[in-house]
Amino acid sequence: MLRRQILTGVGAAALALAAFPALAQETVKVGLILPMTGPSASTGRQIEAGARLWIAQNGDTVAGKKIQLIIKDDTGAADQSKRLATELVVNDKVAVLGGFGLTPLALSVGPVATQAKVPAVIMAAGTSTIVASSPYFVRTSFTLPQNTAPMAQWSAANNIKTVVTLVSDYGPGLDSEKAFKAEFEAKGGKVLETLRAPLANPEFAAFLQKAKDLKPDALFLFVPSGQGASLMKQVNERELAKAGIKIIGTGDVTDDDQLNGMGDALIGMITSHNYSAAHDSPENKAYVSAFLKATNNMRPNFMSVGGYDGMALIYKALEKTKGETDGAKLLDAMKGVSWTSPRGPMSIDATTRDITQNVYIREVKKVDGQLYNVEFATIANVKGSN
Amino acid sequence: MTDTTMTYQPSPEAVKARAVLLGRSRWGFAEIAFWLLAAACYWLFPTKLSLLSEIAILGLVALSIDLVLGYAGIVTLGQGAFFGIGAYAAGLAAKYGAGVAPWSDPVIGLFIGGGFAALIGFATSFLVLRGSDLTRLMVTLGVALIVDEIVNQTKWLTGGSDGLQGVLPSPVLGIWEFDLFGKTAFVYSMVVLFILFLVARAIVKSPFGLSLQAIKGNPLRTRAIGMPVNGRLVAIYTISSFYAGIAGALAAQTTQFASPDYVAFHRSADALLMLVFGGAGHLYGGLLGSIIFRTMQDVLGNITPQYWQFWLGATLVGLVLFVRGGILGLLANLRNRATRNGGAK
Repeated sequence: MLRRQILTGVGAAALALAAFPALAQETVKVGLILPMTGPSASTGRQIEAGARLWIAQNGDTVAGKKIQLIIKDDTGAADQSKRLATELVVNDKVAVLGGFGLTPLALSVGPVATQAKVPAVIMAAGTSTIVASSPYFVRTSFTLPQNTAPMAQWSAANNIKTVVTLVSDYGPGLDSEKAFKAEFEAKGGKVLETLRAPLANPEFAAFLQKAKDLKPDALFLFVPSGQGASLMKQVNERELAKAGIKIIGTGDVTDDDQLNGMGDALIGMITSHNYSAAHDSPENKAYVSAFLKATNNMRPNFMSVGGYDGMALIYKALEKTKGETDGAKLLDAMKGVSWTSPRGPMSIDATTRDITQNVYIREVKKVDGQLYNVEFATIANVKGSN
Repeated sequence: MTDTTMTYQPSPEAVKARAVLLGRSRWGFAEIAFWLLAAACYWLFPTKLSLLSEIAILGLVALSIDLVLGYAGIVTLGQGAFFGIGAYAAGLAAKYGAGVAPWSDPVIGLFIGGGFAALIGFATSFLVLRGSDLTRLMVTLGVALIVDEIVNQTKWLTGGSDGLQGVLPSPVLGIWEFDLFGKTAFVYSMVVLFILFLVARAIVKSPFGLSLQAIKGNPLRTRAIGMPVNGRLVAIYTISSFYAGIAGALAAQTTQFASPDYVAFHRSADALLMLVFGGAGHLYGGLLGSIIFRTMQDVLGNITPQYWQFWLGATLVGLVLFVRGGILGLLANLRNRATRNGGAK
């Protein structure tokens, strides 16, 4: 009896994987693999809250199918992401994978998505090359070149002649450094030095002192979500602003999740990014107030909209396929979709499967006693990758 | 704690000693049942094969620590270093040896991984010989930190923080391809674990193994009866790093990936924890510990993805407070008590 059950189970799983991923099922499972514990836990929390908010606002049925969200904690370790992805595909028979807090975690899942022909929606990781590594990757977060190039353009146009860059030494950081240097030097500026701090247990003091000694017009910063507070604390301690060095960076540094705790010393800092909780649109006002209510006053950051829009994309794709969950068809349905998100207009590029969206130049300001990234310029429809 | 875990009481009578020695290496019912059950997991839990192979790999790391800690009394927090070296060596062999017939075979990869780890283990064992427990702890930790930083810095080779991508091992022995269900990975890991376990069992039950326990009990006295204490410790430390290296190689091959996380401090600490959890000095302690530890993590993680660490931590504290000597220690105590009561004829 038991043996037969097991055999049937194995057989069914093999069949499902081989040809028809659960054609007849009434429930569509979406498996999110997120770092819910460990150093990147805030990323996981934000994305989960964003995804759940979308479901709460739009109902848990789409095209006649019930959506079931499964959250798995990969602790930020790539071997775990990969194992969980395999289990979600093989055991839970999810129609779509999603999440992926960091670049290495996304890259490790790529082969699973390809082999199982299951679309995988990247809701956080920002290295430009990830999407190309599997034909089943789609992105609703951002890429570093996308967010960085506008910062370089703004700097060149605003009387900044020399820059030192300081980034975390891993995929997204190097992407950011490369994009800034290329764009800034093309516009006639000069990058004096490119500094890279280790990703794990970073100690920024020595790098900041070196940057200070080089006396650039501005210091460009990138660190992943969650490390901004400790970096800015040391930037303030070194008094770079007093030495006449302007602090600029991507919005990852002035992450909405932590910004309020970073102190008034940040007021005036210029960053470029795809999302700010202070984005001025009716969609975003509704989003922020609903998010605050749902999460007991956790301010949504750019990770949360990655999760929110990721679910939006999955819903839109299911509507297009009329509830059909075949991986290739869902993937096709995702290509070229465009809509207005809390972050502004966005679309999925039909050829690259990467995100196209507006990038905003923002300044840290105090609004109603709280620090916000207040947008003052828009660069429309920036492509995620080419 | 260490004294209660000793299974062997030296006997003055030679005949009795011989009988004891032979009796030690006999297979007990529980042992046979354990391995049969392990093999049966293939059919019992067909949907959990990836997790099971991960448990087998963690068990192998814990076993490698048991060899040095449980039998030779060397406290180590650096086993992750050898695990990582094995993983990267095997990963690089699979990546760059792809297509070059013998070199890309996973079994060769195991030896490459284990060999490199053993080499580094041998070289650093001389540092470990110096000083007492606390010093040893610091030295092993230091070695692990150095390896971690080397992995982090040699981006051109290891991929740095982004991890080693593109590890695509050939089919095992040219026949069994690694599949999405983790079938090959499970059988492969279990077979490797079983073979290495048999070797470890032979080692600790041999006179060499007994001498290690003597060193653990009283190094000064062991030296006084003419035992080459340092030589024995170097040997077991090297063997142990070979084991950890093989475990790392298995991990890199079955997950087709290696990252600095493999060398990180928490890997060493987790493995040590599993061993303490299961009970050091029984060979099975690490295996049992890794089964319980990872199963709990999986079950709790499914119930509460955000707070599973709390419950795992609470269980660990409870276990250490109330069950000294780990689960196997508890079982051994119960059995001793039973035989003392029942066997007092």
